[in-house]
Order: sequence, then C-alpha cells, then structure tokens
Amino acid sequence: MSDVLEYDVLIIGAGPAGSATARYAAKNGARTLVIEKRQEIGSPVRCGEGVSLSWIEELEIKEYKRWTAAKVKGARLYSPSGHVLEITEKMAGNEVGVVCERDVFDKEMARLAVEEGADYMMKTTAVSLIKEDGKICGVKARSMGKELEIRADLVIGADGFESQVGRWAGIYDAIPPQDIMTCFQYRMAGIDFDPNYTHFYMGSSAPGGYVWVFPKGEGIANVGLGVQLSMLDGKKTPKEYLDEFIASHDQFKDGEPIDMVAGAVAVTHPPETVTTDGLLLVGDASRVVDPMTGGGIVNGMKQGKIAGEFAAKCVSEGRFDKEFLKGYEKEWRDQLGNKLWRNYMAKEKATKLTDDTFDKVIDALSELKLNQVSIGAILEGVKEKYPELIEEFQDML
Amino acid sequence: MKKPKINGDMCMKCGACVGSCPVNAMFLREYIVEVNDDCTGCGLCKKICPVGAVTQEE
Repeated sequence: MSDVLEYDVLIIGAGPAGSATARYAAKNGARTLVIEKRQEIGSPVRCGEGVSLSWIEELEIKEYKRWTAAKVKGARLYSPSGHVLEITEKMAGNEVGVVCERDVFDKEMARLAVEEGADYMMKTTAVSLIKEDGKICGVKARSMGKELEIRADLVIGADGFESQVGRWAGIYDAIPPQDIMTCFQYRMAGIDFDPNYTHFYMGSSAPGGYVWVFPKGEGIANVGLGVQLSMLDGKKTPKEYLDEFIASHDQFKDGEPIDMVAGAVAVTHPPETVTTDGLLLVGDASRVVDPMTGGGIVNGMKQGKIAGEFAAKCVSEGRFDKEFLKGYEKEWRDQLGNKLWRNYMAKEKATKLTDDTFDKVIDALSELKLNQVSIGAILEGVKEKYPELIEEFQDML
Repeated sequence: MKKPKINGDMCMKCGACVGSCPVNAMFLREYIVEVNDDCTGCGLCKKICPVGAVTQEE
C-alpha cells in the first residue's frame, strides 16, 4: 500500500515555469505541491542563460542582482565572413539583457513560490497518470525509493522539453525534426572577448541555428550552439560543430572548458491544445519556446503566471474539465500566441538562409542606423541594398 | 531492429533523445537513460545526441 497525498494542484517539474505556476496558484489560495525528479532545483544547468529583464515587473520580481552574472549593453551579430551588426538596448526597445545564473535563478523562483505557501518535494519522479472515469486525478510517483500516490484535482505538466506528462495525457505527438534544435555548450574560461555584449554567429558553423557567446564575466562565457536536427547528417555531432567553431576562432581557441551542457529545445508553433480533463501544460512542455531565439524562460514564466492564477480559479469554481480549461488556453494564447506564430514563420525562413545571404543581410543592416529592431525594419533595411533577397520574405512585410 | 545503445560514460543525461523520440520509448532517470520495447530502431536518438553517446546495434 503506497502513501497517498492530496492537493488541489500538483505541478510536475520545478523549473521557472513550474515554480511561477506554483507561486500564483498558492498565492490565490490553491493547496499546491511541486515535485522535482532531481535532487537539486536548477542543477545541472541546461541553458545558455541569456535573458531579457522585460518581464520582471509583470512577475513581481523585485531583486535580480543575486541571480545575474553579467549585464550586457547589447548584442553583436556576426555573419560568416565577419560583418558585424550591433544591436543596442535602445534598438531592442530598451530591453535590458542579462546573463543569469540558472541554478540560483531557479531556486529563487522556487523560494517565491514557497513564500506563497506552495509545498515542494525533491527527488520525486512522476511515473504515470492516475485516471478515473476518463479524468486525470493525480499521479503515481517514486520519491526517495518509496512508491507514492499524489491525488490532485488539477495536474500541471511543467516537465520541460522531454515532457512525459504531455505524452501520457495524449495531448500531442512527437515534434518534427525540423522543429528541434539540439544544443551543446561549454562554459569557457580564459577567452578574449567583449563581455559587454552577447555575441551571435550566424551561418553554417551551426546549420539551422547559431553559435552564442553569453558573458558570465571578464574572460568567461557560455559558448554554445544549437543545430537543427533535420540538418544533421549523423556524421558530425553538435559537440563537434562547436569544437570546430572554437578551434577556428582566435578569441576562443586558447580558452578552457569548465562546464559542459547539452540539451534540446523545441522551436515549433504552439500546439493545438495544451489541456485535457484535469490537466494542463506550461513552459517548454507546452512548447512556448521562442522559435527564433530558442529562449524559453520568459514565455514559460509569463504563461506560468497565467496558469497559476487560472488553476486557483479552477479550485474556487470546482471546475477542472477541458471545457473550463479553455479559459487558460485563451489567456496564454492572447498574450503569447501571435508572437510565437510570427517567430515560427520567421524561423522557417531564417533556417534556410545560406552563408552568402547572411553576409549580405548583416552587411546591409550594419550600414544602416536602425532605430528599432523588428522583422519589418530588418526587411525594409535589406530591401534597399539587396532587393532580390527580400522577394521570398515579401509576405512578412 | 537496431536498438540504440547508450554509452554511459559519454551520456550527459540531457534528455535530447527522450524528448525527440517519435514513439516515446526513452526515459530520463536521474542517472541513466532507459529504452523500452516500444523502440522501433529509427535512429533519431543517435542523430540528435549532442555528444555522440548513442550507437545502434546491428
């Protein structure tokens, strides 16, 4: 006989989206439990750690210095032959960019949820959903070697890219390979670069993706890349792509790795649904990673807030059916849906660009004084110098 | 059937193969990736592995 726990809301996964959900569910009165399969929240880190601060007021985050490794002034984009486009904070709509310490960040997001009354259990893995009368009403779990039944009116899958919850619930199919980026990163010490900027290298050094250099301080950065799965031929791994990139760049080749990170992200369009009776998904598990950048923290946390508040509403109204959960679907899509679709379509085109096109685009843009970076402004800028490049993007103008 | 074999010394337990498996035959445990009998031997896990830790048995 396994132990039985009972909650209003059970969240699987203690990443930023899971903890944001927990925080707002608990704050609004739901008895909330978060389970995390690892022994430590936020570790091992699986992230490039670059993030804007545009969302912190909305998420009522008062203090960010504790989880910030470096603040940057802007971003530099490099074309394959070395043209550079500098994007300043002002051009990016005054969005301040930082490189965070995800292990500290994730624990801080969990702390904020605990402050509101959420419970946490570590080293606790969901192994299956409990279904009664066609409705999901909890999970079977393993916690420190013990079998456990956790019953909840609403189960929330915040279990990331490799979400089991979403698949168990039959919410979606496998992600197509052209919508998966597979990533590898070193934290490198002893490198020579400008730590006031994030750096992005476009083109065939990372097919269908890009190489990023995100400063963690003077002489130290996360140097990583993402490669589109369908562009890999099985001969060269993402790690080998990165090793090649580093060996061929003087500013990085003498550095030493002090950390290695691997992982994958789904850069896909929003799924048709992320809910079913008694269950909803948030964060990477609901596939809200920005398809252009591969960044998932901001969307995941914004969606988590919506999910948490909605979960509390479910509890107060006693409604956990799919029909009622449409309210959650509407709220998060109203806030994130359009941008996700637009960036998905832009990604579909950007991943097909050749090195030559990247050279021309970045060359043309670097000569302009862009006041604002938007897809429209970029296309207008390129059109002047290379009108032939714009033809297939015409529909996005 | 070419079932994947995961080299535990190289595997970083990152979950890339787990999330991309078309038939959900892979599971990320805390210290190991498991493959169950649903595996069709399609080889996507080998292709996606960021570090080349997956090989396929002939």
